[in-house]
Amino acid sequence: MNPPLLHIEDLTVHFHTDEGIVEAVDGIQLLVPAGEIVGIVGESGSGKSVTALSILRLIRKPGRIVQGAIRFAGRNLLDLTEEEMRHLRGSHISMIFQSPRTSLNPVLAAGWQIERLIRLHKQEKAKDAREQAVQMIRQVGIPAPERIYHEYPHQLSGGMCQRIMIAMALVTNPKLLIADEPTTGLDVSIAAQILDLLKEMGQRTGATILLITHDLGVVAGYCDRVAVMHAGQVVESASVKKLFRQPLHPYTIKLIHSVPRVDVDMVMETIPGNVPGLIHPPPGCRFADRCQWVMEICRKTRPPVQSLDGDHLVACYHIGNS
Amino acid sequence: MGEFIEILDLSKHFPVKDQSADFRLLTPFHSRQAILRAVDGISFFIRKGETLGLVGESGCGKSTVARCLLRLLEPTRGKIFFENTDLTGLKGESLRLLRKAIQMIFQDPMASLNPRLSVRQVLEEPLRLHERVTVKEREERVLEVLEQVGLDRELLTRFPHELSGGQRQRVNIARAIATRPKFVVLDEPTSALDVSLRAKIVLLLEELKSALSTTYLFISHDLSTVKYLSDRVAVMYLGAIVEIAEAHELFRHPLHPYTKALLSAIPIPDPEVKRDRIILEGEIPSPTQIPSGCRLRGRCPLAEAICSEEIRLREVAPDHWVACHFSGMQ
Amino acid sequence: MVKKEEFEIRRKRFQTFIRRLRRNSLSFGASIVILAITLIAIFAPLIAPYDPNATDANQAMLSVSRHHLMGTDIYGRDVLSRVIHGARVDLLVALVATLIALGISSFLGSLSGYAGGWLDHLLMRIIDTIMSFPSFILAMGITAALGNNLVNVVIAIAITHIPIYTRLIRGEMLHIREREYAEAARTVGNPTSRIIFYHLLPNCFPPVIVQATLAMGWAILTVAGLSFIGLGIQPPASEWGYMTAEGATYIVSGEWWIFLFPGLAIMVTVLAFNMVGDALRDILDPRMRGVS
Repeated sequence: MNPPLLHIEDLTVHFHTDEGIVEAVDGIQLLVPAGEIVGIVGESGSGKSVTALSILRLIRKPGRIVQGAIRFAGRNLLDLTEEEMRHLRGSHISMIFQSPRTSLNPVLAAGWQIERLIRLHKQEKAKDAREQAVQMIRQVGIPAPERIYHEYPHQLSGGMCQRIMIAMALVTNPKLLIADEPTTGLDVSIAAQILDLLKEMGQRTGATILLITHDLGVVAGYCDRVAVMHAGQVVESASVKKLFRQPLHPYTIKLIHSVPRVDVDMVMETIPGNVPGLIHPPPGCRFADRCQWVMEICRKTRPPVQSLDGDHLVACYHIGNS
Repeated sequence: MGEFIEILDLSKHFPVKDQSADFRLLTPFHSRQAILRAVDGISFFIRKGETLGLVGESGCGKSTVARCLLRLLEPTRGKIFFENTDLTGLKGESLRLLRKAIQMIFQDPMASLNPRLSVRQVLEEPLRLHERVTVKEREERVLEVLEQVGLDRELLTRFPHELSGGQRQRVNIARAIATRPKFVVLDEPTSALDVSLRAKIVLLLEELKSALSTTYLFISHDLSTVKYLSDRVAVMYLGAIVEIAEAHELFRHPLHPYTKALLSAIPIPDPEVKRDRIILEGEIPSPTQIPSGCRLRGRCPLAEAICSEEIRLREVAPDHWVACHFSGMQ
Repeated sequence: MVKKEEFEIRRKRFQTFIRRLRRNSLSFGASIVILAITLIAIFAPLIAPYDPNATDANQAMLSVSRHHLMGTDIYGRDVLSRVIHGARVDLLVALVATLIALGISSFLGSLSGYAGGWLDHLLMRIIDTIMSFPSFILAMGITAALGNNLVNVVIAIAITHIPIYTRLIRGEMLHIREREYAEAARTVGNPTSRIIFYHLLPNCFPPVIVQATLAMGWAILTVAGLSFIGLGIQPPASEWGYMTAEGATYIVSGEWWIFLFPGLAIMVTVLAFNMVGDALRDILDPRMRGVS
């Protein structure tokens, strides 16, 4: 395994709402080795998007990063000043979002949005910046880049918009690219193209990719490592092969069995119960109420993270007892 | 003739202002009006008691088909027969009465509920409109339906924003089955839901179908779920059906190049499975500029001269229909 | 267990209500003011110390004193009593005019927005025509044409306000009719009239509520303005605008209290209406959540 480019330690994020404090992320740990594609998979409310935003320190009131460390290339991002963070955003760490059409500025031409970034971060002359932008559009697989440069987001399809977003994210050669559900809302075939592009660009530029998704199929097809999140906690993380071959956490097991597959016939299982509320979360394991192997201790104290084979981490008391 | 539901040559065209029109051309002599052919002359049938899956990507017209069936949109051309009654001619009261027998479950659970109505009001409404029952009987039916979809009766006084996503979708389902419809159109019922919720709703839908002996038209872009629930599946592309077959047959032996490409693009939750991706060139054309001849022309890896000729669905294997010049040669 | 859940929901709703009120503290204060003015208007005969129409030549033009908290006017009438009774006229006219305008606009606007087509075009052109007149001039014209009395002032104000509400409702309707619950209402079997008036129209109201409270302020200004120039309300009725007009002639000679107090009454009332809009809209919206 490569040395970690990103190391999240004990990150906790709370949101202070009228109804109480939402403990959105609860002491998570995440290791992202350089050059790999790491996935964070979880359902809505699992805290995966909040984690992503925390890395870039984009959490605003009423959210607060309560504790933890986010080490990126040696430095703890939570210690940096806003000025220093701004320097990192968009150049060393980039992010793309879902709904590409709404993430792009509707009143600016697509190519110009890329060029602006080049001028801002690389301080190129106008002519060079323009050429680089067109090059970038070509690199993300859009034909006739000179024409597309002048088009506006509403004139482009969803897939094209997402390619533009990827171009914008990669034009500054970031070390880390965070992709937050980049294919939600896109058609199956377009989504596959976008993910292929992401993987290819990652290999070409050497960027490390943090891919956030709710789709296990995407994880299986594109990620090297994956962390599974449930109700604000990381319940299991491992290499993708190990996770699917031998899932250890009850949630992971149930999740894998609840996804219908096109290639094999299967019996679809459901996960009983619901995700617990995050305002007064249960003290122990947050999956306890939904787990068929639950024991007394699960409800009382949070299971510690165990490490099997070095890089397969699980937070569950049941492991080793089966 | 004589099937439960028959669609004959259904078309729905929308006139649109041509978006790409150059300013200089917009003179009185040059008004450019394109036609968006959302559904373009499709024919199929649904057997009583089956679940027909309808899949396709954006712009294929599947949602439009649903809306035409429910008469939320008026077909431009074509006929729809329900138990041998011609739906396309119905108006006014007779159309309204039909609504008792044909219902729809919508995609977005939040948007399909009136934010100002409580759950009880939502569920009572179809009964009020269609059944002559006493207040007591209505109350009983509401409770019965609530239980069937797995909701607690205390939710009756709640409003949509006080429910979770899964609960809202169950309310939607409850509303649709309240009048014991014979036919239910499900328009992406699980697309807006989380993965674990999806499974529960799918199983619920399965349960309900046998409990009520209804027929389903299941529309979705999520092929895995469609495969799980459907008996037969139809694949749509740019307003036409390109392939229709029994579910397992379609997924095991897809014949149309588009179907094959679509299936190959679906991510499988298993890293060991290696698949060949069939990539179609380019992007889906706009429904205002549908290629002549075979619709997949220009993107299909098999394309040849003959593809400029139109092709209709033909039965190349028992109950397996394909619209491709080269099928039957597989 | 069922009871407990029910209680929880009710408690939550109440808490949200209070929270919203508190957050819009300015509007909350304004709504208290309006409530006070309304009560004053309702109980005027009981509150006013004197008969507003009782003249007394001996007591004319008296400045502010313990006996006459707002002084007396040229006819010896107690200004305070007249201001209190004036609330009745102004509020009533504004309220009735607004309600009539809302009623008609709801019908026209929702029909126009839902049906579209030639009906929509026709109605909108009529609305445009009305809107092309400056509203006060139009109100003047209608009152002058129909005659100088209370009812005609109400009609005039209602007509000048119909365009605003109609457009708002039509706009909301255009947006809402595309929503899935509108489709669902049809699939369930609702006749079109019920879809428009039972399902969709109530959901069009939130922006209209805010507009209506602002418009109440304008309505009061219009009544007062019309009386100020001699149209509409006739003497000896106590009405703020008329009283202000009367008092205006005496500013130069130093009897400041005759115009100031009715003028202040207009100002406070209109301001209060302007500020209450937000709070009222939040309270009536079942969807607004509390987010700090």
